[in-house]
Amino acid sequence: MGLLDQEFTEGNIVIAKTEDLFNWARLSSLWQVGFGLACCAIEMMATSASHYDFDRFGVIPRPSPRQSDVIIISGTVTLKMAIRVKRLYEQMPDPKYVISMGSCSNCGGPYWEHGYHVLKGVDRVIPVDVYVPGCPPRPEALLEGLLKLQEKIRNESIVKKSA
Amino acid sequence: MKTAEEIYNLLKEKFGESVIELKTDKPVDPFIIVDPITLDKICLFLRNENDLQFDSLMNLSGVDDANGTKEKDDIGLETIKGGTLSIFYHIESTKLKHKLTLKTSTSREKPEVVTVTDVWKGADWHEREAYDMYGIIFLNHPDLRRILMPYDWEFGYPLRKDYKNPEFYQGMKVPY
Repeated sequence: MGLLDQEFTEGNIVIAKTEDLFNWARLSSLWQVGFGLACCAIEMMATSASHYDFDRFGVIPRPSPRQSDVIIISGTVTLKMAIRVKRLYEQMPDPKYVISMGSCSNCGGPYWEHGYHVLKGVDRVIPVDVYVPGCPPRPEALLEGLLKLQEKIRNESIVKKSA
Repeated sequence: MKTAEEIYNLLKEKFGESVIELKTDKPVDPFIIVDPITLDKICLFLRNENDLQFDSLMNLSGVDDANGTKEKDDIGLETIKGGTLSIFYHIESTKLKHKLTLKTSTSREKPEVVTVTDVWKGADWHEREAYDMYGIIFLNHPDLRRILMPYDWEFGYPLRKDYKNPEFYQGMKVPY
């Protein structure tokens, strides 16, 4: 029952709930903020490159937070950077999503005890939708994280956010 | 090519009391301990002298010697009173292929060392880092600000042995 093969035979009309349509549109073109922090960012860039091809999920890096739907926190969030991360998040238009990538931004990672300069988890400054574990996570893990986020968006409701 | 001992003798002859000691008993390269206030003149000499030509500062690092007396205050926080902070300079002559280590020590309460930025330009950020991490003041430095920690960081110098991290920074909880 794919949409494409019926597009011309079934009178060119697709009937759907606006909720499903919006969710489908949103989850199919998650534009990310072109933003990387540390070694996880290298892995994120590898995910964007041709071998793993983030673009097939509609994920493309945007040079401005105002054009973005998702921010991937890819690396160690230092206290100095946390203020900037928060500002970037606030500059994004709603609806907006956050993927926390790697141990550092999940919980502080290896800096959890003696990292005088590290924020112990980016969820202390911005709300996180999906946590991707790993140090750094392989591109497959980040893709899995994105699929989880898509799953979450697919079940959202206009009336109330399911998050 | 000159050995540390030869260089030490040269410096001793020229600067006398300002060149304090040659240490060879440590399991590292021999190093020369010098006075923190005439340091820039010694470095300039090391750079300009024809058979020394130390044209490159490879590294500059601060050290907290933690050799003062440890005191506990009424809530059990340990602070160190007295003693010294040190700086190591690793310099190299790319022309004559020799290296040298310099050390200078300054008091923990008033840590002042003269800058070597006008001898080696690259010392600028190294000294800013030593200031950021240990609070060592480099006299005559052109731009002595914090370099790694936030500019408004007011909780001290993180690599000092008696440093205590704050509970909060700008509303963000710092400990795990």
